[in-house]
Amino acid sequence: MAYSEKVLDHFKSPRNVGSLNKDAKNVGTGLVGAPECGDVMRLQIEVDDETGVIRDAKFKTFGCGSAIASSSLATEWLKGKSLEDALRIDNMAIVEELALPPVKIHCSVLAEDAIKAAIADYQQKNNQ
Amino acid sequence: MNQRKLIYLDNNATTPCDPRVVDAMLPYFFEKHGNAASRSHQFGWEAEDAVDYAREQVAKLLNVEDKEIIFTSGATESNNLALKGVFEMYAKKGNHIITVETEHKAILDTCGHLEKQGAEITYLKVKEDGLVDLAELEAAIKPNTILISVMWANNETGVIQPMQEIAKLCEKHGVLFHSDATQAVGKIPTHPRELGVHLMSFTAHKMYGPKGVGALYVSRKNPRVKVTAQMDGGGHERGMRSGTLNVPGIVGFGKAAEIAREEMHQDAERLSKLRNHLEAELTKMEETKVNGNVNSRMPHVSNISFKHVEGEGLMMTFNQNIAVSSGSACTSASLEPSYVLVGMGLGDDLAHSSIRFSLGRFTTEEEVNQAIELVRNGVNHMRELSPIWEMYKDGVDLSKIEWTAH
Repeated sequence: MAYSEKVLDHFKSPRNVGSLNKDAKNVGTGLVGAPECGDVMRLQIEVDDETGVIRDAKFKTFGCGSAIASSSLATEWLKGKSLEDALRIDNMAIVEELALPPVKIHCSVLAEDAIKAAIADYQQKNNQ
Repeated sequence: MNQRKLIYLDNNATTPCDPRVVDAMLPYFFEKHGNAASRSHQFGWEAEDAVDYAREQVAKLLNVEDKEIIFTSGATESNNLALKGVFEMYAKKGNHIITVETEHKAILDTCGHLEKQGAEITYLKVKEDGLVDLAELEAAIKPNTILISVMWANNETGVIQPMQEIAKLCEKHGVLFHSDATQAVGKIPTHPRELGVHLMSFTAHKMYGPKGVGALYVSRKNPRVKVTAQMDGGGHERGMRSGTLNVPGIVGFGKAAEIAREEMHQDAERLSKLRNHLEAELTKMEETKVNGNVNSRMPHVSNISFKHVEGEGLMMTFNQNIAVSSGSACTSASLEPSYVLVGMGLGDDLAHSSIRFSLGRFTTEEEVNQAIELVRNGVNHMRELSPIWEMYKDGVDLSKIEWTAH
């Protein structure tokens, strides 16, 4: 199966790989998936306390090229978004942007789950 | 993509056709295009002679009689013919067949089909090293057991089953023994008669011959084995497999068998050195594991798990340069990791992290060295990206994490 140019681009030069301090109050961490399923995504957001806007986003992913591309794209999209807007990111938008084939849709679902988990973690830390 | 630069380490999927084989085949497409069943003219006689000669070449590789070779379209058909053919032919004797969980789908799905026809199938588990447990095998034999089918060498791990011991058990209990020897024939000695294997499936395209032609060895004496034909028609192949013979393919198969017989030992010696070098270099990396019994294994195969890295993603780092296979079936609709590795007790996580390297006659030392470097770089890159590698490095016990399975 051939990958789309966009998947290849994100795979070859993934954006925002790395870690944020998961103990910081303004950092939310989402860890989704399972090694047994062949996909684990960790997505982190750093939120500006004043404005509620996502200042930074980082990821690390164990998975296939589409999983890596989905999470890389997600971090790009998250930066500069308010939490409300971030929650509106839909997996099908990722599917469309990366031209994922049907067998890879689960990668985009996982990325959406990771976004939601990271936001939930931030909100829990900040009693929102 | 520059094809010449691509390093092919997926010879268990299929081997390139040896140029000497191609040369042998070419005349049989145009000048000598006859139907081997045409008994009334020169074209037919020529084709028949060519098939007879190829049958001899294939039989010689196995140390069996010419008449014991039935040509088919490939190993899948041979496996179907062996299992379904024996089940139908020996229906009065019993309906129980014993096979192994780590067999190829051509065996497992055929068994599944037979279950619907009233067969009783025992699927034996394998030990952690991929070998069958002989005591378990013997314990599974019942009065109604008609056939035991065990593959000679596994396609994913290269593990070679204890064929001699299994054959002895079959003889002791008067049960027929079939082996899917697709990955073994032409690469290591496979002499069914000497060992006590009564039916054996194999194919040309795994031994530097063309695709689309295979064979089933069927023992003709002690015991005289019969199979019910699964393809009806003109009664070719002594009535066991109708259908016009694929003359160019069979000629190529014969030539491939002849070359294998002459060169298999030197190929095996060279390839085992290269394989061992590849494996030694790659397992120098931390958290790697070789899958399958290393003392009973094909000389050209290595299956390695690179922990905390997903196989398909890893392959993507080097698939512009190296062609290999992964134990992670993330590309298929099922998303299931290799059932062969899982059957050996490997966790799904390690099965997802495995890569199969299968070398071949045309693999060079330079290619292996390039592959070592590319794979190493790929593993390092993917580990940089892997959250579970980071957790492992931070001393987190991954088994204690509550993963959200999806």
